[in-house]
Amino acid sequence: MENNSPKVVSGKIPFWRDIRVLRILFQVIFLLGVILLLVILYTNMLKGLRGLGLTLNLDFLQDEAGFDISEGIPYEPSDVYLKAFWVGILNTLKVSVIGIVCATLLGLFFGIARLSSNWLIRTIATAYVECFRNIPLLLQILFWYTAVVGQLPRVRESIALFGGVFINNRGIYLPSPEPTSGLGIWLGFLGVGLLLAVVLYVVRWRKLQQLDRPGFRAKWALPAFLIVALCGWFLTPGRPFTLDLPVLQGFNFKGGMRFSPEFSALLIALSVYTGAFIAEIVRSGIQSVVKGQREAAKAVGLNESQTLRLIVLPQSIPIIVPPLTSQYLNLTKNSSLAVAIGFPDLVSVGNTMMTQTGQSIPVFAMIMTSYLVMSLTTSAAMNWYNRWINRVGR
Amino acid sequence: MEEREFTQEMKPPAHTKSPARWLKDNLFNTWYNVLLSCLVLVVLFFVFKVLLTWAFTEAKWGVIPANLQLFGVGSYPREQIWRVWSVIYIFCVLVGLSAGIWGALTLRFALVLGGIWFIGALSPFELSTRGWFLGAVATTVVSLLLGRGRTNLRPWILGGWLLSFPLIMIVLRGFGENGVLTSNWGGLLLTLILAVVGIVVSFPLGVFLALCRQSDLPAIRWISTAYIEAVRGVPLITILFMGNILVPIFMPGLDINQVLRMMLGITFFSAAYMAENVRGGLQGIPRGQHEAAQAVGLNYVQTMLFIVLPQALRSVIPAIVGQFIALFKDTSLVAIIGLIDLLGVARSVIANPDWFGLQAEVYLFAAIIYFIFSYSMSYGSQEIETALGVGEH
Repeated sequence: MENNSPKVVSGKIPFWRDIRVLRILFQVIFLLGVILLLVILYTNMLKGLRGLGLTLNLDFLQDEAGFDISEGIPYEPSDVYLKAFWVGILNTLKVSVIGIVCATLLGLFFGIARLSSNWLIRTIATAYVECFRNIPLLLQILFWYTAVVGQLPRVRESIALFGGVFINNRGIYLPSPEPTSGLGIWLGFLGVGLLLAVVLYVVRWRKLQQLDRPGFRAKWALPAFLIVALCGWFLTPGRPFTLDLPVLQGFNFKGGMRFSPEFSALLIALSVYTGAFIAEIVRSGIQSVVKGQREAAKAVGLNESQTLRLIVLPQSIPIIVPPLTSQYLNLTKNSSLAVAIGFPDLVSVGNTMMTQTGQSIPVFAMIMTSYLVMSLTTSAAMNWYNRWINRVGR
Repeated sequence: MEEREFTQEMKPPAHTKSPARWLKDNLFNTWYNVLLSCLVLVVLFFVFKVLLTWAFTEAKWGVIPANLQLFGVGSYPREQIWRVWSVIYIFCVLVGLSAGIWGALTLRFALVLGGIWFIGALSPFELSTRGWFLGAVATTVVSLLLGRGRTNLRPWILGGWLLSFPLIMIVLRGFGENGVLTSNWGGLLLTLILAVVGIVVSFPLGVFLALCRQSDLPAIRWISTAYIEAVRGVPLITILFMGNILVPIFMPGLDINQVLRMMLGITFFSAAYMAENVRGGLQGIPRGQHEAAQAVGLNYVQTMLFIVLPQALRSVIPAIVGQFIALFKDTSLVAIIGLIDLLGVARSVIANPDWFGLQAEVYLFAAIIYFIFSYSMSYGSQEIETALGVGEH
């Protein structure tokens, strides 16, 4: 009779079947492959650079740039490349920050509108979202730039709004606030108001805790601060700010703030495009709070605003924040499409630098590092906020 | 007896409402909705008035039919246009057969496709073009009828779809000097090629990267994480610029044409995003599934292929299709690099002095085409979701 019982493996497992050895071996092979690839690329790069007669260093950043940048902080063509690049970074940040604010407002508005009980409002919001989400951003930027902003009337025939805003094919002119000598006094008022607000906030908080009731903690602090700020505004001799109005002088407007056509088109396109995505995020965030929660809140006797503030928002914000963060990052990265219409952002300036100096590798490294730093800072901030929001264990 | 009569008298409440009732419920149910509706209606009236006046009296739509071939295939040589039609026919055969075998969503797709060809055949094109369109209708219908009920053909059709991909490329390119250089590919054709290649290649690559990132081997995990985060941190346009400028430096001697370089750029970019979507699905799979698979004796590859991935991918279909749509729209960025895709054609038409000042018309037309493709993808994804019952478990 044959013995069918399994054979007892004697001695050690051979190394080619030992999972511990295999794991290390597998990783070593993988790493070697990656390193080999990098080495090949590196030697190729050296060869390629030698062929082009270039060396890899950052000295060129101290050379005179020699090209003009149409907008941004004060800059002369005689400034160095590093300064030019800095102007590009600031331009990217400017359009991104303003764009994020506008896109969030648009998104909030249309996201809530999509949940309206009014069919007309709901349908318009849906149409907005579906239209702008499904068309490439680059096409939208070009459309706004060439077909809308580019078709605005000439300077002489500017569209005037509210007496201080002028729109023409050279840009959008807005009144800009100019600080006066009274600004210091007003800031003092603001400081006092803030102090008062903090005190009132704490007092109200304590009181609510004592009563053990939900309520709006800043109910006293907010109006108090506003009243002090407003009083300060009127009590300050000569007002803290004066408005610098744009005025038509000769062939162009002088004074005030100017948004160039490139900037305006880019800003509109970025805000409208990202706003459509944010609207969907807001809608799904609010819808994710189950109906029972609202009904329960009603049953407990909370009113509409309390339900929204204490029940719906605390549950939907943690759901909204992560995708919202990635939309903000997307907007920042998408602002690089400015290169198509000549807005001097990071990529656009970087491109000019590359063609002028031929130093493509360091410039690419600088562009990518800048974006990575922006992305990582934003995600770090948003992660911190997310943790703070989620601090109450759900 | 009486009881039955009683039940017969009970009719279900009518589902349809009278228009007046509907208006009252949906537009004028509260005082502020009355106000809002009136306000919106007035604004809409003026907006539509301006838009329609422009569209019907001022806009010069003649630019569209005059450049239709350019929009479709760019500067693809006229005498080689049969290559494009062959590709369309291959596609029609596959769609028709799939529709016959699977029915449901594929059937609807085939019918819409056939409808589009039919409209093409009736449109006032040249006679040869209308003939090609008519052929496409016939091909779709014949293969639909051939495929009906032949469920045993399913694996063959799937294989056919996989094989069609390289086949289409070869047909479009041809060989050597007699073929069509990729620099002549353009218009919607180029947009679709870039999108399809990007989708087909970046999907498995993304799954692979996601698995690497979830791996418990630190070296592999770190490298794939670094890749994913680095790519997601930078805009696509810089990657495309890099493909254009740096590839010749890093790979001297390797003569890659521009279309291929853009394909690589889009694919590597999209793969990182795909990986993050897939990772979301992977993280949603409970540990017990892995452990159960191990207990049954499946190895890593089997566990992933048969147990984990089918569940993980199904749960992230919306995100994946969303990424496909994003990729499709992102192909328009190659117009900045200098390829003549759909958007590139639009730009070159506008730059043509014959069609001076027609930006709005041309861009609107391009936007509608992009919209149709993106929207049908998202519609399809919703249908697939319902069909698979995602979110019902």
